[in-house]
Amino acid sequence: MRRIEVTCILCPVGCRLTVTEEDGEWKVEGYGCRRGLAYGLEEAQNPSRVLITVIPVDDGELPVVPVKTSKPIPKNLLLKASKALAGLRVKAPVRLGQVIARNLLDLDVNIVATRSIKARRDRVEADGQK
Amino acid sequence: MPTRRVDLLVVGGGPAGLAAAARASELGVRRVVLVDERRWLGGILPQCIHPGFGLHRYGRDMTGCELAEKLIDRVSSLDVDVYTEAHTVRMGYESYLSKTAEVLTPRGAFRFRAKTVVYAAGARERTCFEAGIVGSRPAGVYTAGEVQEMMDVWGILPGREAVVAGSGDVGLIVARRLTLEGVKVKAVVELMPYPGGLLRNVVQCLEDYQIPLLLSHVVLAVEGSKRVESVLVAEVDENLRAREETVKRIPCDLLVIAVGLIPRVELLAGAGAMIDPKTGGPVVNEFLETSLPGVFAAGNALVINDLVEHAMEQGELAAESAYRFIEDGGFRSASWKRVRVGDGLRFVVPQLLAGFRDVKLYLRASSPSENARLLIPELGKSVRLRSVRPAEMITLTLKAEDVLKAERLTVKLV
Repeated sequence: MRRIEVTCILCPVGCRLTVTEEDGEWKVEGYGCRRGLAYGLEEAQNPSRVLITVIPVDDGELPVVPVKTSKPIPKNLLLKASKALAGLRVKAPVRLGQVIARNLLDLDVNIVATRSIKARRDRVEADGQK
Repeated sequence: MPTRRVDLLVVGGGPAGLAAAARASELGVRRVVLVDERRWLGGILPQCIHPGFGLHRYGRDMTGCELAEKLIDRVSSLDVDVYTEAHTVRMGYESYLSKTAEVLTPRGAFRFRAKTVVYAAGARERTCFEAGIVGSRPAGVYTAGEVQEMMDVWGILPGREAVVAGSGDVGLIVARRLTLEGVKVKAVVELMPYPGGLLRNVVQCLEDYQIPLLLSHVVLAVEGSKRVESVLVAEVDENLRAREETVKRIPCDLLVIAVGLIPRVELLAGAGAMIDPKTGGPVVNEFLETSLPGVFAAGNALVINDLVEHAMEQGELAAESAYRFIEDGGFRSASWKRVRVGDGLRFVVPQLLAGFRDVKLYLRASSPSENARLLIPELGKSVRLRSVRPAEMITLTLKAEDVLKAERLTVKLV
C-alpha cells in the first residue's frame, strides 16, 4: 500500500490529507470539502508545478529574462528541468510570450519569456534623447 | 524650480499606483501625472518571476512580470504623464485644493501643485538591524527582496549555502528560487510558532523541496569577517526569548532577511498625515483619504497586503475618490466613526467610516485559530470563519446604511 501526505492549499484551512493507494484503489482522508478531495488525488497521482527561472540575454537592456514552462510539469522533474536549461541563452530583443525553447525534456512543454527585454541599443537611444 | 499644476499626482508606479493612474484617466480625470523613483514601472512586480498573480481578478494565473507588463501597457495607452527615475523629495499640504510635491527627475526638478494625490509609494523591507541580529556585518547579508532582484533582474547568484531569517512570503519564494538554482537552503528560521507567509507558499516553496522550517527559532548572530561564514540559531521560549542551551551554529555564506515589510510613509508623515501605529500606514476613511483632504493612500503604503489584487483595488478606489474630490471640490463633512479594534485583531483599514458608501474592511488576525467568529456587536453582525491565519488578510464588506445607523463600531475576533 502506498501512503502519501498532502497539505491542501486551496484555502487557508490547510487540511492535512492522507492519500492511500491499494491495488489501484485510491482513497483520500482528512479533506474538508469536495475540492479538497480532488486536490488530494491530483497531488498524489500527478503532482505538477510551473517551473520558473531566468535565462541569460545577449545584448539586452537587462542581463537576464524571466521564463516559465508553458504548462505545469511533474514536480519530481523540476530540478532536472532547471538543470537542463543551464547553458540556454537568448538574443535581445525578447518579447513577452516568446518561445525560448521547445519540448523541454520531451515533456511537450515550451519555455516562454515572461518579460519583454529590449536590445541594449534601444536603451542607448533612449538615453540619447533625454 | 518650475511649477506644474496637475489634477492628480500618483506617487509610486507599482500595482496600486498603476491601477490608480489608469482608473483615474479612464474616469476622465485630466492632467494625471505618475512619478516613480525606479527605472522601470511595476514596483516589486518585475522581480516577482513566480506565478500566483491575478488569479482572482483576471481568472488566469500570471507571473508578477506578466502582470506588470499588462498594467504598464494599460497606463501607456492612456493619457498619463509618467516620470521614471523621479525622486520625490518632499510633499506638502498648501490648501484644500493644492498639495505640493518636489520631484527630481531626469527631465529636471519640478514642483507639482496637485488638486489630489494618490500616495502609493509601497513598503520597505525590515532589515537585520530591526530583526535584532547581532554579530559581524560581512558580505552576504541581504533582504529577500534584494536577493530576488539580484537573481531575477540582474542574474547574480548571491551565495551557495543559505539560511533565511523569517518566513514571510518573499522569504519563502526566495528559498525556492535559490534551491532551483542549486543553492542549498539549510533552514528557514521563524520566530513565531506559525509561518509568516501564505500556506500555499509554505507548501509549494518549502515542503516541495524539503527545506526545513524551524518554527519558534531565531537567528541570533552573524559570524564571518569578509563573507558570512555561519549564523547562530536558537529556539525561543513562550516569551520569544532565546534559550541559550539550544544555540547552534549553521555554516552558510548567505543570510536572507525576510522579517516583514513596513509602509513607506515618510513623505506623507512629513506633509502632516496622521499615521496608525497598528498598520504603520496612514489613517484613512472609507474613501481611502488620509487626514489630509484630497490625499489618498493605496497599496502597501497604506497597509501591507498579501494579494496584489487588494493593492490594485485600493488604487482604483483611491482614484475614484480623487475623481469625486475633483468633481465636487471635496467631500461633504461627516461625523466619522473610528472603528475600534477589539480582541483577536491587529488592525482594521479603513479606520474611519461614515456610511457614504459600502466599504470593504481589511483586517489581520493576531494569531491563528480555527472556527473563529468575526463580530461587530453594534451591528449584530457575526461572520463565521473556518480558519484564520495572520498571514492571510480577512476582508469584510459593510453596507453603507448599516454604518450610517451605527453609533459606534467595534470589530473583534473570538
